[in-house]
Amino acid sequence: MNVEKGLLLLHIDDLHVSYGGIEALKGISLDVYKGDIVTLIGANGAGKSTTLRAISGLVPIKSGTITYEGGVIDGQSPQQIVSEGICMVPEGRRVFPNLTVLENLRIGAYLRRDDIQPDIEHVYDLFPRLKERSWQLAGTLSGGEQQMLAVGRALMMRPKLLMMDEPSLGLAPLVIRDIFRIIRTLHDEGITILLVEQNANAALRVADRAYVLETGSLGISGTGEELLNDPSVKEAYLGKARS
Amino acid sequence: MTKKTTRRPSRAAILSFIIILAIYVLVFVAEQVLPATSMLFTVLKKGATYALVAVSMNLLNGFTGIFSLGQAGFMLIGAYVYAMFTIPVADRASVYQYFNGGIIQFTLPWFLAMILAGLVAALFAWLIGLPVLRLKSDYLAIATLGFAEIIRAVFQWKELGPVTNGSNMLRLFPNFNSFNITDADGHVVVYLSTIVPFLIAGICIGLIVLLLHSGYGRAFRAIHDDEIAAEAMGINLAHHKRMAFCISSFFAGVGGAMLAMYQTTVQAKSFTTAMTYEILLIVVIGGVGSITGSVCGSFLFVACSEWWLRFLDNEQFIGSFQVPLLRNGFRLVVFSIIIMIVVLFFRRGLFGTTELPDLFRHGRKESALK
Repeated sequence: MNVEKGLLLLHIDDLHVSYGGIEALKGISLDVYKGDIVTLIGANGAGKSTTLRAISGLVPIKSGTITYEGGVIDGQSPQQIVSEGICMVPEGRRVFPNLTVLENLRIGAYLRRDDIQPDIEHVYDLFPRLKERSWQLAGTLSGGEQQMLAVGRALMMRPKLLMMDEPSLGLAPLVIRDIFRIIRTLHDEGITILLVEQNANAALRVADRAYVLETGSLGISGTGEELLNDPSVKEAYLGKARS
Repeated sequence: MTKKTTRRPSRAAILSFIIILAIYVLVFVAEQVLPATSMLFTVLKKGATYALVAVSMNLLNGFTGIFSLGQAGFMLIGAYVYAMFTIPVADRASVYQYFNGGIIQFTLPWFLAMILAGLVAALFAWLIGLPVLRLKSDYLAIATLGFAEIIRAVFQWKELGPVTNGSNMLRLFPNFNSFNITDADGHVVVYLSTIVPFLIAGICIGLIVLLLHSGYGRAFRAIHDDEIAAEAMGINLAHHKRMAFCISSFFAGVGGAMLAMYQTTVQAKSFTTAMTYEILLIVVIGGVGSITGSVCGSFLFVACSEWWLRFLDNEQFIGSFQVPLLRNGFRLVVFSIIIMIVVLFFRRGLFGTTELPDLFRHGRKESALK
């Protein structure tokens, strides 16, 4: 699958983040290894999105360190972090509605100065629907297509670490299946993925490693398989079968 | 197989280019044929000036999503810089009569002064952008509005008289009529006084259009659509907003210089907030986010306010019947009603976000307008 699999790509140590007086993250530590799919699951307000935002440099952190490829990246600007290969697919897709599909993809590669044509072709190969709608304004796409565009846009930076914030949010089950198929494809291409999901079932099935977040602190962690079979996870996030 | 090509110089683009070219030729020919005193040329000159300023405002308000109301202030800076540096040295004693001829004792060629006008406006924009661009929406609008008022007061300050001539007007600098080619007797051989503002505005608007389709323009529009997502893509918000603000102000400054040429005199007290509102009105009526809309809106606005509705200000007779209500000021009442009707029936302005080439393109834009 991936040559460099097994190397530590991202390491978070005792991360604290506050919004005003409210502590959103109360000291979480997690590791992401190259080539893995790591998923964070948890209820609303557990701090999943905050974790991703802290990594991207979009929210300031209070204490703790974030190490990426051996270097400390907390305190860097979002631009620096993006250019080091950490890209985010934001929650709720957030494509640029008044830009065409192609322009959205070009914006994704905004910090790159080299030829991006091969990457555009690559995204169009992954999502043929986007190619058909290349000149259409992104605001006119369906929810699923917008999610594909959001993923494609993030891929334009050639990320080493792709962070996806609730990619299944508000999508029909069939479309969700497509999205997870894409996640597997990207994984096979060697991209490391940090996936935040409320759809714990689907997320744990693709995950190499999974963490449960509970109101700002880490709960149990393990491989996706382990967590799928863990009774407490089953009860809280997977919906225990009625006995 | 040539059904669906995505090559850029499309039929629509070529048609648009032909139309624009035809307008320029028409303007040039009309100027040679019609009497120079015709109201048409007043409207065209002022319309071209306002079109440039409106497009510069649209670049900021419509495309980047920064709601600024400082346009009159930047126009004032542009107009003053242009006028101060182009008054012939021989005339300075009479213009700066209360300030011993002023301290600027040299003259720049008009186009250099015009570029300088833009640069100085952009410099001011950069300076006030440092604190002001941290603000959002309404607060930003109020701060820029305040800036324009302050600038107006500062330029009338007596202590600055040797430079700005205080509250006295600047005059005798080259204006649009200076472009007419005359023979030895002073008779005009070729009229250029209308085509030149058209060319200046056309070049500047062309540059803005190119900018909007470049990488930077895409980033501006992305910021307009979604600031957070734009930041997540690695777009430096502060840097790009400042850049949009400076570029917009540069062209507002050039527009101010053109307004100085149009008016033939410059006085700080005429650059009021009302002028900014006129420009804002043009942008809104034309369509926020449409260059074509701003240009057409500006000519319509100027034509209505200066020309077509003028008759409403005078008593009119149909036969022996005196039309009621017509008296000085009634024009503005009608004008306001027309604006309200336009806004009611064209919620997104006359053009929405449509551009000239889109009018010749079928299918694509309609679907975009849902």
